[in-house]
Amino acid sequence: MIDLDQVRAEAQTSIAAAASLEALEALRVSLLGKKGSISLLMKSLGDMGPEERKAAGQQLNLVKDAVAAALDGRKADLERAALEERLARERIDVTLPARPEAEGRIHPIAQVMDEMTAIFAQMGFSVAEGPDIEDDFHNFTALNIPLEHPARQMHDTFYFGARDDGSRHLLRTHTSPVQIRTMLASKPPIRIIAPGRTYRCDSDMTHTPMFHQIEGLVIDKATHMGHLKGCLMEFVTTFFEVEEVPVRFRPSFFPFTEPSAEVDIGCSRQGGELKIGKGSGWLEIGGSGMVHPNVLKACGLDPDEYQGFAFGMGVERMAMLKYGIPDLRTFFESDLRWLKHYGFLPLDVPTLSGGLTR
Amino acid sequence: MKFTLSWLKQHLETDASLEEISARLTMLGLEVEGIDNPADRLKGFVVGHVLEADKHPNADRLKLCKVDAGGTVLQVVCGAPNARAGLKVILAQPGVVIPVTGEPLKKGKVRDVESQAMMCSWRELLIGEDHDGIVELPADAPVGAALADVLDLDPVIEIAITPNRADCLGVRGVARDLAASGLGRLKPLDTAPVPGRFPSPIAVALDFPPEAAAACPLFVGRVIRGVKNGESPAWLKDRLTAIGLRPISALVDITNYVTHDLARPLHVFDTACLRGATLTARLARTGESLAALNGKTYALTDDMTVIADAAGPDAIAGIMGGEATGCTEATTTLFLEAAWFDPVRTATTGRKLDILSDARFRFERGVDPAFVRDGAEIATRLILEICGGEASELVVAGAEPAWRKSIAFRPARVAALGGIAVAPERQADILRGLGCAVEGHGDSLTVAPPAWRADLGGEHDLVEEIIRINGYDLLPATPLPRPSMPRPLLTPGQRRASFVRRQLAARGMVETVTWSFLPARQAALFVPETLAEADKAALLAGLTLANPISADLDCMRPSLIANLAAAAGRNADRGQKDLALFEIGPQFDGPEPGQQRAVAAGLRAGRAVPRHWAEKSRAVDAFDAKADLLAAIAAAGANPDSFQVTAGGPAWYHPGRSGSLKLGNKVAGFFGELHPAVLAALDVKGPLAAFELFLEALPAAKAKATKARPLLKSSALQAVDRDFAFVVDRDVSADTLVRAARNADKQLVAGVTVFDLYEGPHVGEGRKSLALQVSLQPQDKTFTDAEIEAISARIVAAVVKATGGSLRG
Repeated sequence: MIDLDQVRAEAQTSIAAAASLEALEALRVSLLGKKGSISLLMKSLGDMGPEERKAAGQQLNLVKDAVAAALDGRKADLERAALEERLARERIDVTLPARPEAEGRIHPIAQVMDEMTAIFAQMGFSVAEGPDIEDDFHNFTALNIPLEHPARQMHDTFYFGARDDGSRHLLRTHTSPVQIRTMLASKPPIRIIAPGRTYRCDSDMTHTPMFHQIEGLVIDKATHMGHLKGCLMEFVTTFFEVEEVPVRFRPSFFPFTEPSAEVDIGCSRQGGELKIGKGSGWLEIGGSGMVHPNVLKACGLDPDEYQGFAFGMGVERMAMLKYGIPDLRTFFESDLRWLKHYGFLPLDVPTLSGGLTR
Repeated sequence: MKFTLSWLKQHLETDASLEEISARLTMLGLEVEGIDNPADRLKGFVVGHVLEADKHPNADRLKLCKVDAGGTVLQVVCGAPNARAGLKVILAQPGVVIPVTGEPLKKGKVRDVESQAMMCSWRELLIGEDHDGIVELPADAPVGAALADVLDLDPVIEIAITPNRADCLGVRGVARDLAASGLGRLKPLDTAPVPGRFPSPIAVALDFPPEAAAACPLFVGRVIRGVKNGESPAWLKDRLTAIGLRPISALVDITNYVTHDLARPLHVFDTACLRGATLTARLARTGESLAALNGKTYALTDDMTVIADAAGPDAIAGIMGGEATGCTEATTTLFLEAAWFDPVRTATTGRKLDILSDARFRFERGVDPAFVRDGAEIATRLILEICGGEASELVVAGAEPAWRKSIAFRPARVAALGGIAVAPERQADILRGLGCAVEGHGDSLTVAPPAWRADLGGEHDLVEEIIRINGYDLLPATPLPRPSMPRPLLTPGQRRASFVRRQLAARGMVETVTWSFLPARQAALFVPETLAEADKAALLAGLTLANPISADLDCMRPSLIANLAAAAGRNADRGQKDLALFEIGPQFDGPEPGQQRAVAAGLRAGRAVPRHWAEKSRAVDAFDAKADLLAAIAAAGANPDSFQVTAGGPAWYHPGRSGSLKLGNKVAGFFGELHPAVLAALDVKGPLAAFELFLEALPAAKAKATKARPLLKSSALQAVDRDFAFVVDRDVSADTLVRAARNADKQLVAGVTVFDLYEGPHVGEGRKSLALQVSLQPQDKTFTDAEIEAISARIVAAVVKATGGSLRG
């Protein structure tokens, strides 16, 4: 009779000594495989009598189970060790930089226009557009600025060469021609804003030959100057995203509005820092007024029936005031450092519910 | 427009402070641009009384004074020769800012003796240039009083006058507005005629063709003889100096004074220099010229009004007098001219001759037509007062131009248009205060504006006057009635531009805004090459500005690429060589309004993948630009697969490394590397990969009844991928293979991608190998091997047929 205890002890010793999963597998085959030593012992049970076989079988099964358990245990140990070894081997330097990804930006002009659009859309304004190259009628005449009017000297207009009929086209000096195009193309009630490029023959510290304006126009039968004030007050407070922005209307003159007003907003200047909001100072942000009867007439509207207001603001100026951008000229220099610093992330879509600016 | 406070108070009786006046001016639309108040610079200076003035113990030229500063006696070291006991002086103690240095005074020791204060000269206070010694104040100046209270200081106020307010180009007009707004009372003005002592030896005449009769409807004047044209009195010189005018001589100063005081320009001629006995207002004759008072000679044309004597023009009417007939110190007899000149003609003449003068500034905005004689009388009186002499009778040619208007005015319009209720009585009071005659009552009034307010032409103008004088700050802010829930208001095109903008930024591109202009020589590189040479030249000429701001910004851009490339070049010069810029803006296709297209253009320069430890760096190429273009198209809501890609783009692209995207015949965009010759001409180093997308060329999104999406049909069966490599001629486009494979079985072939391109010795000269991965989608049961074989065979056959190539073995 074979000493099963010895078989078990020897098997367990060699299992514990198995140094690798491969060696362990070989050992398993040599013990429990088809022709393994324990399997052969099991086979030899067939030669025994029933009583003897039952007893030996029970014994042998115990040994077989113990060996199998030892094999499994050793296998788990070896696998754990192998995994640990692999993890150690796979260690990386996590301080290395991640793979490069470029980060784009939205230009402050586009962003501010989107902000303005979001606010005025809330008040029921839609967005109108017009051409950069304009004719004299839309830029001046229809806006109650006749040829010899001194107001034309206020505009430094870029002109093109004379056309066959002697007239000259020009680059629009303001977005106001869009008022004319809108009134000629559609019937009141009208509520539009018109942001866009404008041009004046002027270039110094605070002027660039191209800049952007946003125009507003409301025409119906009842809108009055109090609405103009209310509309712009709501706009500036929402736009600047500060608690309260005082708004001051100052009488002024524009050929295309009567009454006319310059719009100032409150600010404070302390320690050289400009802050929009309640304070002792005022900053001009644009012109406005009730649309002049002559302008309505030029657009085929009866001034005894229709009335309304118009306003215009500089987009860059509003961006400079809100975001503390010091120099107008830098808007058009395409300096990557500036664009990345003052530009906005593509996800920064201005909404009134989420806030215009992060 | 400048004036001093005392000058204003000559016309306005008021107790208001400078601050109140300043705030009111701005709120009247007469915006205060600045106030120069000498008192602001004199804070802390007091009147001192020199009690003793002894010799400084350690210096011969210095004095050691005991000065009473009003209660305290200070020891002051002073070097002024006029420092002496008994003098009332201007005293500054340590801490007071000395205007001339802008620094606060420090306590000091002079030659070992402490000096506790400083006695000042006028120059140290920036009042005058006198630096001969310390100021000697009047003996009755109260010791210890603030200097600003003792000196008669006159603040200078500068206001901006809008073009409609010609009446406020004189101090009296400003005073009238202030009085109308309740800030005081307008004092009466003495316009009584000066009796003539003799008939004027010089006559006046108007000589205009009928069509130009409006050029000068009224011309008055008189001779004043026996005058002495010396220096003006101090009060006159001070006022002129305060507003920045240089005193010249009494006669000239008086005309300047009346111009600024009453907005009534005048001219004086020295009669000794005039030829003939008549001064005529007439149109200039071609060939005539005038040597003007500014030292320049002007060639005149027959649309300009002049004042002429028998020898020719003596003055350009309403703009500037002539050198030869102007008054000098030697003048003893003069002719005073007051006339009314047409604003438009004066403006046109002034612009043509490029003369800016105080007279032109007023005439072209409109001078009071009813104040011509009054102005002449007031000036006469001043001349007689200051220069002596005697005046002739007034000579008059023509008559006051018609200026009377009557406006039907409904007081209810103030609330309807202005948005504020103003009581009818108050409305009438305001209008009367401005000089209007108001008649009638109730719903409709008749209002006649005064002669000096040519700008008041209609009801809306009167509404403005009423709410202006009433105060814009009282306008109630009324919320604009608005829809209960805002609806989307952007047009499809506006939304599309916005999506493209944010998509390109999300792809790492940086948005910029460049000029709409560029140098014409650069524009020439970006005109469509399909145009004939003559048409190209015409297009460029049409896009060129007549008055550009500089030669570099003289032409409207026919493409956005040139400015983007230039921007890349500028950034490269600053060391930023790797960049991705884009711009959304107009390109100009012609000189007419509307001949412009909205373009999204982008450009990548330098390395597409920067140097990195884990990535292989590479330069940008056409496929970066292609990816940007296709992404922009997708963001705009169009299907990129519906466009045909054809080889080649316009002339500014590399002919072999560029492509065009078309939808039918319509070009929607270009992409590729920029042409090396164009880069050389722009002086920018390449390679640069760029794209242009014409936003309006994209198909409009189909209108859908609802926002519901079509049902998802996803197969439960897994797709099978098969790879094929084909050897084809080098010129065969990858697109040909892809389309052939896709069309081999439109139902089963779900996708085709190109995953390898090989050119080299293994496939032979002029050949290339392209490897495709074809994804096959089983429909209702998994493929059998035989079915896959059959589909594969069809794909190979289709590609071979389309390309003439072969399956690579």
